[in-house]
Amino acid sequence: MSEYLLPVHEAVDQTIYETPRGTFLENLHGWVVTVDHKRLGILYILYSTFFLLVAGAEALLIRIQLAFPRSHVLSAQVYNRFFTMHGTTMVFLVGMPFVFGFANYIVPLQIGARDMAFPRLNAFTFWLTAFGGLLLYYSFLGGGGLYGVGNAPDVSWWAYAPLTERSFSPGHATDYWALALIVSGFGTLGTAVNIIATIISMRCPGMTLMRMPLFTWLLLVVSMLTLVTITPLTAAQLMLLIDRYLGGHFFDTQAGGSAQVWMHFFWIFGHPEVYVLVLPAFAIANEVIPVFCRKAIFGYPAMVAASVGIMFVSYSVWAHHMFTVGMTSVSNAFFTLSTMLVGVPTGIKIFNWIATLWGGRIRFTTPMLFCIAFLFQFVIAGLTGIMQSVAPWDWQLHNSYFVIAHFHYVLVGAIVFCIFAGIYFWYPKATGKLMNETLGKWHFWLFVIGFHITFDTMHFLGLLGMPRSIYTYQPDRGWNWLNFVVSVGGLIQGVAVLIFAYNLIRSYSQGEIAGDDPWDAWTLEWTTSSPPPVYNFEELPEVHSRRPLWDLKHPDDPDWEYEA
Amino acid sequence: MQTKRHRRPIRFASAAACLSLATSSLAQGKIPSTLSPASTSAHQIFDLSIFVITITGGIFLVVGSLLAITLFRFRERKSDLMTEPAQIYGSNQIELAWTVIPVLIVVVLFLTTARIIFAIQDAPKPAAALDVTAIGHQFWWEFRYPKYGVVTANELHIPVSPDSAPKPTFLKLTSGDVVHSFWIPQLAGKTDLIPNQVNTMWIDPKTAGLYLGQCAQFCGSQHAMMLLRVYVDSPEQFDAWIKNQQQPGRIEAQAIAGRKVFEKLACMNCHALSGTTATGRFGPDLTHLMSRATLASGAMDNTPENLRQWIKSPDTFKRGALMPAMQLNDEQLDQVTAYLETLK
Repeated sequence: MSEYLLPVHEAVDQTIYETPRGTFLENLHGWVVTVDHKRLGILYILYSTFFLLVAGAEALLIRIQLAFPRSHVLSAQVYNRFFTMHGTTMVFLVGMPFVFGFANYIVPLQIGARDMAFPRLNAFTFWLTAFGGLLLYYSFLGGGGLYGVGNAPDVSWWAYAPLTERSFSPGHATDYWALALIVSGFGTLGTAVNIIATIISMRCPGMTLMRMPLFTWLLLVVSMLTLVTITPLTAAQLMLLIDRYLGGHFFDTQAGGSAQVWMHFFWIFGHPEVYVLVLPAFAIANEVIPVFCRKAIFGYPAMVAASVGIMFVSYSVWAHHMFTVGMTSVSNAFFTLSTMLVGVPTGIKIFNWIATLWGGRIRFTTPMLFCIAFLFQFVIAGLTGIMQSVAPWDWQLHNSYFVIAHFHYVLVGAIVFCIFAGIYFWYPKATGKLMNETLGKWHFWLFVIGFHITFDTMHFLGLLGMPRSIYTYQPDRGWNWLNFVVSVGGLIQGVAVLIFAYNLIRSYSQGEIAGDDPWDAWTLEWTTSSPPPVYNFEELPEVHSRRPLWDLKHPDDPDWEYEA
Repeated sequence: MQTKRHRRPIRFASAAACLSLATSSLAQGKIPSTLSPASTSAHQIFDLSIFVITITGGIFLVVGSLLAITLFRFRERKSDLMTEPAQIYGSNQIELAWTVIPVLIVVVLFLTTARIIFAIQDAPKPAAALDVTAIGHQFWWEFRYPKYGVVTANELHIPVSPDSAPKPTFLKLTSGDVVHSFWIPQLAGKTDLIPNQVNTMWIDPKTAGLYLGQCAQFCGSQHAMMLLRVYVDSPEQFDAWIKNQQQPGRIEAQAIAGRKVFEKLACMNCHALSGTTATGRFGPDLTHLMSRATLASGAMDNTPENLRQWIKSPDTFKRGALMPAMQLNDEQLDQVTAYLETLK
């Protein structure tokens, strides 16, 4: 143990950090070749933010097209490309990199480590993810192949076979889609391995598994989930490419292949993927909520158990995306039950968060506002999820705008809200500057209003029979003004995100100096300077409880006296 | 009489009314709403959904108000002391309670749901049932009535099935190319049409009328224009409709020229027209084209002008539809249109 406690300047070469002021090219080079987990974390976050703006713009074009019936702003083909790219981008180039960006930046700091377990692998997997994204967007240039340029995948993000076979999707757009997801998928797998190795083997002295901050715990669960989740997707993409180029017939129904095999592969990836994205949102809420209500998290062991429980249950629910494909009544009943059971651990989490708030002193800072909105929205998202787990009702709701509303409640109402909370919360750690609170409040209120105008309304469109993926609709179906309202809400969210982007840039130069611990928080990342040095901690800390800084600030009443 | 100025708020009001489950505006049957069920299974699903909404709504009220009260009661006030609030780490009893109660709710919801799943999916097929085979195509519907030897497209005719004399329709669903989904919200939940696989579903509409729906699984560029109309006929209407559909295509003297053009060109490679040599199966059966209210799976009304323009250039209405523009000259267009117009 003693070798870990050597004074740090003997172990780490500080010269890299001491000379940050170089020419632009030198700086750029530094960022490209970096293996520092903090820089890679920031790269991930910037990359995701960029694609958030791109996919957000795609969403706005979709909404402009749908604001009026029989509108001709976008052609059918262009609309289909945009909704495919919007979905694919948001899941793979926004959601996943945000998750792994936060994990990269925060996990080593929270467990008192100097870097990830495999720093070079970390850099490699970031660039894999990044180039995967570029490959997807290169399809706009190269996707037409011999059929002309200006193409992009238009097979929807769930890409049901046999629509993706060459007879129905000629050209190369679908190939770019499959290859991009294989490449970025390998990046994701590598990162997951890295995070697991880091958390298992790099914790500082005294940090047992049950003393890890919940953020780190949940990222461990997410990484384990990712290993099992991404694999079937990659396998399915390879089978698709074999079908398309090597004469395979996995999904080629004209030669006896099965369309349902793709669905099973896709959803056994697709549903756990939801938890890969939403557990990090919980992870962020688990850090933000206690700090801004000034209380320890209520029921820490139950929160850990619920997260692990969600991980296991999430493997058994995939076919609730397939209630309409003609499964037997017994299968439908089974997947109804397994899906409903997800509600139990999720309910535990919600109640524990409320119990954490109860008796606290709640400060309504911007990150806290986003987390509070998340709590309300996630309750609703969970309950509409229960509605769709009811297989007969899902025969009505499936592929309707109700589903769109439900999963945007999860993906935006829970995940994006928590991502924003996390950025406002840790921005001062990463940059040394606080983000502007006034702009933050504008961002929050516009976003939350726009969000509800858009996605609350979509539920009703679904109940009124509007299916998803349609580029236009008939004017006599009673959907006109609801669609208009949805589009208005979308524009309001767009404005809010622009305010956020402006705040992100402006605060970097003009923000208030944050100091090491601006929120009076309790986990290890707040003990080091803001931004932290390359080596994170001068001396490896030793912890005795889940909140080492609480112990430090309250030596008369330390946590370890109470923790079981 | 209302002036145009006054109609707008009325329309808004009716739309609001349909959201609150009032059925005044839905009775017209134009809105394909899941909230105005018109068959047994749609009713069962609707009743189940009300039950589920009641329970989940109750949960939301309890949890939501608990959260709101907590946020209000424990907000930071100016008068607060700067000491930290009391730290509470957990409570096994309370946590057990909010684990067990959700489990009980899940049990209730599951048992209720399972009953309806089995009731709808495993319902026995009565002897009086009508069989129809539905085949999905990019981007239209083929309907076959094997017992009657009738083939039609896009507009399904089925008999009404009152409680006094039930005559449900049992559908066999499959696809000729990619995955589609059959959805008439007022009549039943959706069932996918999957190539290499036959799915089944049944509908028993209680009142006659027109019911709208459309393809509910993304199937390619014109997925949005794969609309679906179901005409629920009285027994007499249905019999008359079947009788007419069983006739071969009409031959009227003034349409002979158009018929020759039709038979001479590649039209017949894709379209069947009984009574002629055309037996193609890639496109809709045209034998009684004029008995349908719409063209191109609902993309436009079935008027002579639309029909002519559709033959001339399908892209005008439905870019990406698989029917090619046949490059007919104006005379041929007029002749073919005139011929098709006689196919009542």
